Amino acid sequence: MQTLIDIVLLLVLLSDLYLLSSSRLGASIKVLAFQGVMLSLLPFLSTDMVRSPHAFVIAISSCAIKAILIPRLLSRAAREVHIGLEIDSYIPYGASLLAGMGVVLLSFWVARKFQLPVTVSSRLWIPVSLAAVMIGLLMLIIRKKAISQVIGYLAMENGIYVLGLSLAAQMPFLVELGVLLDIFAGVFIMGIILNHIKYYFDDLDVENLTVLKD
Amino acid sequence: MKLSALLFVIVSLLAAPLLSGWIVRVKALFAGRKGSPVLQPYHDLFRLLRKGAVYSKSTSPLFYIAPMVTLSALIAALCLLPLPGFGALLSFQADLILFAYLFALGRFFTILAALDTGSAFEGMGASREAFFSVFAELIFFLSLATLARFTNSLSLSSIFESHAAGVNYADSPALALLLVSLFAALLTENCRIPVDDPTTHLELTMIHEVMVLDHSGPDLAYILYGAALKLWIWSMFIALVIISSFPSPRWLQPVIAVAVLFLIATAVGVLESTLARLRLTAVPRMLMAAGALGLLSYIILG
Repeated sequence: MQTLIDIVLLLVLLSDLYLLSSSRLGASIKVLAFQGVMLSLLPFLSTDMVRSPHAFVIAISSCAIKAILIPRLLSRAAREVHIGLEIDSYIPYGASLLAGMGVVLLSFWVARKFQLPVTVSSRLWIPVSLAAVMIGLLMLIIRKKAISQVIGYLAMENGIYVLGLSLAAQMPFLVELGVLLDIFAGVFIMGIILNHIKYYFDDLDVENLTVLKD
Repeated sequence: MKLSALLFVIVSLLAAPLLSGWIVRVKALFAGRKGSPVLQPYHDLFRLLRKGAVYSKSTSPLFYIAPMVTLSALIAALCLLPLPGFGALLSFQADLILFAYLFALGRFFTILAALDTGSAFEGMGASREAFFSVFAELIFFLSLATLARFTNSLSLSSIFESHAAGVNYADSPALALLLVSLFAALLTENCRIPVDDPTTHLELTMIHEVMVLDHSGPDLAYILYGAALKLWIWSMFIALVIISSFPSPRWLQPVIAVAVLFLIATAVGVLESTLARLRLTAVPRMLMAAGALGLLSYIILG
């Protein structure tokens, strides 16, 4: 069980690193969906909540939203705004991977200092969730195109979800579902905004948004 | 104890070309051909050894000694490798540094000999070889650091004996990361397909092959044999990592080692038949990703 949790958490971390360093939108959306599936496995594996209906509902709803609905919305948005394969990062591949590894190191170091009120079922749980949040933040910073920033935002949210699961026994069930619904609505709205940005600027580069117009 | 280690070195020296023969066989089977016999590398080596060597007037004695230095560095590295379950012929504190640098020494002399010929193609190959080995060496040192850190020992023999002391890292997924990054380094160091194509016929695309274009006769035999030996040592290193990660009876370990060697050679053959070579600029990306996996395994285990 412990090993399975470790493998799932590691796959989450690896997919985050892929999202950070990859420049291909289609593949990124697929990896995001894969990450959603991995996240929905976690409630089943976590020992303290295996038999509760709570875990079941969270797993099913997060699988439906994170692994099916959101990737669909994203790929529709990508199709509608005609995004090519071009690299849209401010820093090149090697540097972003290096930054990602730095963030992973930092989060493993920080996680040692963490004093949690609950015992977590895997040693990797806290560091991986911290790293996922920080990698998501990093993506928000280094990406130029609005749609890859949305992916960064979702990766960050997935990290928060992992962190939340470690406290799941304490966390009210409605809060969890509310967050999922918010994310879904958020991505929905972002899809519409992406369309508008494309319509006005012919491009999704967010640098266009800093130029003033009357 | 020492006698069995000596026997291991001798068997390795004799059996090393088998691995490359098997890879060629796997590739032939994939392509639907019958393929050359597995013993073909031996025939090639004997044929080359019987021939005389031709030396260009523009080369210096360095060109003459380089293949021998490379081969002897590899044989020295082989002596440091512990026999699965029985210990190494030579072993001392921190011998893993020497182990890594013996490879570097061999490569350094191959590069020097390539530059010595003054050929533009060989210079280009040397530059690429040096460039890629920067990454491969980093990955190798990272994995050595991971093993050393996890087993708290600095000698190859004690690292690979550690399961006897109750250290067991097989149930950690970090081992898989370590093995993947080591395999990527193996492909790079041994000039295998995603990085370099050992059978290419176009000098412009060669990396390792172009560096040895001017060697002939016994010199070429040393180089070919050295390449086979290097593949053997790298595969054996991966086999040792696998063996030392879970407890198994001593007599079984050489059997597992042979099975792993066979598996690695098959995997290399399958990869070579199914994958295309990476674009030159994409190779560092792959190696950086492999290095990231190695670093991750260090972070998780350490």
